Amino acid sequence: MLLKIVKRPEPARAMVYVTPILALALTVLTGMSLFTFLGVDPVEALQNFFILPINDQYGLTELFVKATPLILCAIGLSVGFRANVWNIGAEGQLTIGAIFGGGLFVYFHDVDSILLLPAMVLMGAVGGALWAAIPAYLKTRFNANEILTSLMLVYVATLLLSLLVHGPFRDPDGYNFPESRIFSDSATMPILLEGTRLHFGTIIAFLAVITTWIMLAKTLVGFQIKVIGAAPKAGAYAGFSQKKIVWFSLLFGGAMAGLAGVSEVAGPVGQLLPSISPGYGFTAIIVAFLGRLHPVGIIFAGLLMALTYLGGETAQINLGMPVAVTGVFQGMVLFYLLACDVLVNYRFQLNFFGKATS
Amino acid sequence: MSTKDTGHPRLELKGITKAYPGVLANDNINLKILPGEIHALLGENGAGKSTLVKAIYGVLKADSGQIFWNGSPTKIASPHAARNLGIGMIFQHFSLFEAMTVTENIALGMPGRQNMSALAKRITEVSENYGLPLHPDRQVHTLSVGEKQRIEIVRCLLQDPKLLIMDEPTSVLTPQEADKMFETLRRLSDEGVSILYISHKLDEIKALCHKATILRGGRYISECDPTKETAKSLAEMMIGTDLTTPRHQDDSKRGPVRLKVHNLSTDSTDQFGVDLNLINFDVRSGEILGIAGVAGNGQVELLEALSGEALSNAPEHVLLEGHPIGNLGPVDRRKIGVAFVPEDRLGHGSVPEMSLIDNAFLSAYNTKQLLGGGLINHSKTKKFAEEIVAKFDVRTAGVSHAASSLSGGNLQKFIVGREMMQDPKLIIIAHPTWGVDAGAAASIHQAIIDLAEKGAAVLVVSQDLDELFAISNRIAVIAEGRLSVSRDIHEITIEQIGLLMGGTTGIASEKEAQSVA
Repeated sequence: MLLKIVKRPEPARAMVYVTPILALALTVLTGMSLFTFLGVDPVEALQNFFILPINDQYGLTELFVKATPLILCAIGLSVGFRANVWNIGAEGQLTIGAIFGGGLFVYFHDVDSILLLPAMVLMGAVGGALWAAIPAYLKTRFNANEILTSLMLVYVATLLLSLLVHGPFRDPDGYNFPESRIFSDSATMPILLEGTRLHFGTIIAFLAVITTWIMLAKTLVGFQIKVIGAAPKAGAYAGFSQKKIVWFSLLFGGAMAGLAGVSEVAGPVGQLLPSISPGYGFTAIIVAFLGRLHPVGIIFAGLLMALTYLGGETAQINLGMPVAVTGVFQGMVLFYLLACDVLVNYRFQLNFFGKATS
Repeated sequence: MSTKDTGHPRLELKGITKAYPGVLANDNINLKILPGEIHALLGENGAGKSTLVKAIYGVLKADSGQIFWNGSPTKIASPHAARNLGIGMIFQHFSLFEAMTVTENIALGMPGRQNMSALAKRITEVSENYGLPLHPDRQVHTLSVGEKQRIEIVRCLLQDPKLLIMDEPTSVLTPQEADKMFETLRRLSDEGVSILYISHKLDEIKALCHKATILRGGRYISECDPTKETAKSLAEMMIGTDLTTPRHQDDSKRGPVRLKVHNLSTDSTDQFGVDLNLINFDVRSGEILGIAGVAGNGQVELLEALSGEALSNAPEHVLLEGHPIGNLGPVDRRKIGVAFVPEDRLGHGSVPEMSLIDNAFLSAYNTKQLLGGGLINHSKTKKFAEEIVAKFDVRTAGVSHAASSLSGGNLQKFIVGREMMQDPKLIIIAHPTWGVDAGAAASIHQAIIDLAEKGAAVLVVSQDLDELFAISNRIAVIAEGRLSVSRDIHEITIEQIGLLMGGTTGIASEKEAQSVA
């Protein structure tokens, strides 16, 4: 008897929706055995991880606070992924967005204008796009692999931020701590719900999702992205420029990540620090795929991944688990998702007679 | 034909049935091949020929049915077992290593270790014996397609086969090469080797085969003597409906020159590409120009240069109604009335995983004005897709289904329909009926002719000479990146075209140029 993997005649539509749930179930199961192994009651651990963090209103708003940068980065990345442009440097683009937006405040910290925040948001998007323009240029001009270039630029960006907050951006009244000034009210995202950290950036994220959805479903450029991603030769036949799409999707992804960066520093972080993101730009890759590269899916996936951040913190405080537990959970989700995705195009078949082809 | 030894047929199949998920590929099929018989297996694409052959060669296991070899029931579990019985198979697509010599390639296909020099000697012997000249030390990549096929044939002959299965062997050959191969097959038949010959080229079958078994839709239809049938009656058995040949259009309707290609040369960037060398031709309105040639002689590069997927360095190399368009991309060329049907239906002419609606939008959004205020007009696009489906008789469960769910012929009708319904001034069609069943082919041919009669200029690039002769007004031949002077189809024979296709282009086209001048 043999277990064989057989290609389906047509991709199974239902499986597209079933596999994320299956992946999640497998992650929880593996997580439980991991907790048991660590000597923690698995049920209690799961409760700490998935339920306690969002048990109250504050917890729920925190979920949206954490999901905001994830959704912004992921929605930008999803456009590129659809066009087979593998930008994995959202973390770096997020950082440069924060530098551009935050830098504007550092130089205009005494300006008290209603225009300051919009200008910072704009600068953030421009900064992220500029950072993503580097891999776009290298890809279209020298055919350099954007996976490598965009990833390497992440480290350049985070070191650049560190350099700036240790030097020119450092708060003159900050006792030499590597931090910028704390952002003034006119440079801070308005709070949406009193007593929580839920801020205007979340609205920006939802607007970005809706815009992207319309762009992909209804406009020519969205159509071009889908065609070039699915069948590059058909794109060339229709006269769509592959280079333009590489530029567009990298600039768009960069701008979205830059928005995420500026909404973090002008939101919950409140100043420029040597480290402003716990890897949102990388987790966003998981969010994009878990959400099936679909705008609505990305919202749900973003919330779920945000929960792993919160859950990781709770597990750290209540159960004394290491912080790495967040990364382990995120990694498992992506791992199982990719493994389960085989089921979209293939199915398992039990063969009782062995001989087939030679 | 010699029915020597026993009274038993060499191979007999009884009630072979094989089902795939959703399809009954073979339904209770019977087949009988006598020793020394050349037996044709005839049927449209999807008739079940390949499945049946795979069952004989041990690649597939039939669900039910019996196989008799020389009268005794046999189970063929693997190709290895088939070869041990004396069954050899020559596939349509060769499995050869380009960078190795003829001998090395043949040694790889044989069991156990080989004495290379002895093998080389045997190869020379066998190949000379059967009129298949082949040099054992040549590297495969230096050989022509016909010579490569000889390697496959010699490889089978070295194992002393009793039954040779050939899957559409002439599809890659020039007519002259095909004739040579037929002589070899007749010799083998005289020596008592049975041959199962798979093809849908009716003239060949009539010329070569003693018997024909006809399959249709996975079922056995009949066994007949092809020499006593006409090509038309064979085709009707194969398709099951009365066949109407495309009406040839009137030559007097040719109008002014629409497309003029002048001294077009390209350097291919692809390692295995072909450089175009001073291509010159023109197509008038209302006429169909056919470009014949064996695949891989510059057709891909020519089509890219004409569609705008590859831009020429000087715009005046390609002229549409006198205007240089060589520097315009596909979008701009479409805007001025050029339409294209590429060779590869899935992935080039259409996006496989996208719906027919999206695929209708793909090339027609400008000419059909399917964009309104920057947004895709979905209902208008859907209506357009439905019009194509209705007008070109595309069999599909609905326009929201993916392009990949259509059969080859139906998808081809859809793509041809999409391009034609944009009312092009010039349409360029690559291999319009490649891999398409005869019914769909006839309707595509008719549509091409109708479009030309309405005044469009049509350029058809095809390997199928019968097709080109059926629809074209003029034919030119492309070989090694050069294009011959075009000739009226009344003035040129298949043999002449075959010579041009076989690489004697230089001399022949010079002669022609002189005779035309």
